Amino acid sequence: MSGTFVGMPAFPRAAHEAVNNQTLRGNLRHATHTIRAKRANAVAEVSDWAELREAGKRIKDHTLRHLDRYLVQLEESVVAAGGTVHWAADADEANEIVTQLVKMTGESEVVKVKSMATQEIGLNEALEAAGIRAYETDLAELIVQLGKDRPSHILVPAIHRNRGEIRDIFEREMGEWGRPAPEGLTDTPAELAEAARLHLREKFLRAKVGVSGANFMVADTGTLVVVESEGNGRMCLTLPETLISVVGIEKIVPTWQDLEVFLQTLPRSSTAERMNPYTSTWTGTTDEDGPQNFHLVLLDNGRSDTLADEVGRQALRCIRCSACLNVCPVYERAGGHAYGSVYPGPIGAILSPQLRGTASEIDASLPYASSLCGACYEVCPVAIDIPEVLVHLRERVVQGGPVVREGNKVVLKPAKGHAAERAAMRAARWAFAHPGVLRTGQRAASRTRRLHPRTLPGPGKAWSGTRDLPAVPAEPFRDWWQRTNGGTSETGGSK
Amino acid sequence: MRVALFLTCVNDTLYPDTGRAVVKLLTRLGVDVDFPMSQTCCGQAHYNTGYRHEAEPLARHFSDVFRDYEAIVTPSGSCGAMVRELYPRMGERARAEGRGEGLATALAPVVPKTYELTEFLVDVLGVTDVGAYYPHTVTYHPTCHGLRGLGLGDRPRRLLQAVKGLELKELPGADECCGFGGTFALKNSDVSAAMGADKVRNAESTGAEVLCAADNSCLMHIGGTMGRLESDMRPVHIAEILASTEEEPAA
Ligand code: SF4
Repeated sequence: MSGTFVGMPAFPRAAHEAVNNQTLRGNLRHATHTIRAKRANAVAEVSDWAELREAGKRIKDHTLRHLDRYLVQLEESVVAAGGTVHWAADADEANEIVTQLVKMTGESEVVKVKSMATQEIGLNEALEAAGIRAYETDLAELIVQLGKDRPSHILVPAIHRNRGEIRDIFEREMGEWGRPAPEGLTDTPAELAEAARLHLREKFLRAKVGVSGANFMVADTGTLVVVESEGNGRMCLTLPETLISVVGIEKIVPTWQDLEVFLQTLPRSSTAERMNPYTSTWTGTTDEDGPQNFHLVLLDNGRSDTLADEVGRQALRCIRCSACLNVCPVYERAGGHAYGSVYPGPIGAILSPQLRGTASEIDASLPYASSLCGACYEVCPVAIDIPEVLVHLRERVVQGGPVVREGNKVVLKPAKGHAAERAAMRAARWAFAHPGVLRTGQRAASRTRRLHPRTLPGPGKAWSGTRDLPAVPAEPFRDWWQRTNGGTSETGGSK
Repeated sequence: MRVALFLTCVNDTLYPDTGRAVVKLLTRLGVDVDFPMSQTCCGQAHYNTGYRHEAEPLARHFSDVFRDYEAIVTPSGSCGAMVRELYPRMGERARAEGRGEGLATALAPVVPKTYELTEFLVDVLGVTDVGAYYPHTVTYHPTCHGLRGLGLGDRPRRLLQAVKGLELKELPGADECCGFGGTFALKNSDVSAAMGADKVRNAESTGAEVLCAADNSCLMHIGGTMGRLESDMRPVHIAEILASTEEEPAA
């Protein structure tokens, strides 16, 4: 994945700052709560939502089960329509392919449609290293790029910024990249949008190469689909002479008809709209209309490995609607950057450690970045049981076990730093398997209860730093039950 | 009807009052309650922290202890969800790992007859008015595993609304997690504490005296946060409210 995220600290440390940053928390709280309520309304309007959700899940599961077949069919369809297909096993390969394709056009700049896949592989940085400048044209992506920042949300990458901050970024940076911001720019949404429009228009009209991702790829026709709100993506898809689309292999659906389901569930889940404003589809090349050269780069980058895992593979159903981010209480407080990946929030917490493995500090900590409250599962339009996968990945972190890495079966060792926890869990299991031991422990705790500190040493400090401990009662329930013969020989409590 | 009380290890050790309240309430409603002394822990903390294999013997033990009862009642949404939702899954995983049907077969008899307390009252006993008296203002927090795991819906609120003297206040952001999440509270204590503080602030905005929930683990976290924030509110388990009567009122 992107080099920009290497060496991230573990989630709890990365979240620490965000939790204490009042501006950030305010921005996030406002944005997520607004969209949360709107989504709930948009979903409630659809009487067959449960069926649509089930249909989406089934289509994706079916496609994933026969991915090899559908990928071959897709390749044939794209080639038949005049496109070229390239296969990229990992980020480096994909970046190399795109860089070479751009170089062959003789150009040194490209315009980009917002794309998670190209962020995942760090394409902009790779192009820059080859002397090619990539311009993001999605408004929020533009704000992130101009601010020399990282995206913090799947759909609204600049969700962590407020209007005042955006105005300052535009004023400071636009001139660097092209047309400067108008004089006396204020922070009203209309003025900010107009500034971005003028700045971007120049780029659209000049660009010879466009780079995009895709929300879907239809296997039987070789058609790619992008859904968006602004229309900037459509400009990038239709104006340049060469179009290069970098797409994860899991984005396939078998037929056009399957789109029907997702074109209903995606906009309602993501922007709470009944239908998204722009749906662009492109199939190979067509004479004198749209790009004259079309290249599709099919990206694996850990997806086949993820597919090999029975529990974890459901993460590949994701249609990147971001509903799970918007309802997640942890995302709301920690912010998107703490997840150390272009995929933040609940989906990021299960996708990144699968695509990248659990070896790094940040990846080993992501499965724990959840209270398992289940809100993400409830809203997910393709019914990904995110809590189930989180627990599954926790097991991988603490216990190790068999996984597929780069196509090979390997057995992972447990991640470092869990030895004490593992010992405690085993001891607790042993005590719980012997009720008498539990009872002795309870009695000891009761007898020494006046001596118990209100703050704890060691790992317990994390608890008692912000919360009071409950007092240990004089008598555990089971002793009361036995003493009073199930409460029959005594009324009331026994304090 | 003879039911087994599965009190949970947390209640047994730290919140015996809740256990006594459940016994009092169910006895009042004509239920014959037993507390199998050999019960321990459902294994939820193990399972959710990634120690599924450590949780398996605890699940088997649970089944050994409880399999012969007509019904198993627990005053904990999360431990109830562990048995009902996750035990079947543990059986499936063991099967998928080529360890046969043993675990699934062992767990099958206890899964469908395990009920969270409010579910048992409303669905099995068919009562919403349990004859309780509790003259306080109360706001209700539906805990995540009760709400989304077990789908308790409005059962707890219906029970509370029927309590004499009780005034129920709507909790803003009720469906949002309080931030406990078992070991999450330790592993991500900053985020957990921020979630807990927001929960307490929302509860305080109702002006209620008492925050009530059907799970003492969440109440421990919320109550601990209230203590630290010097809030005047008190956390109370729903069983203690429902057990309270005019003759023997709870505090
Ligand atoms: S996991 Fe589900 S809710 Fe989250 S972004 Fe993907 S599709 Fe949307």
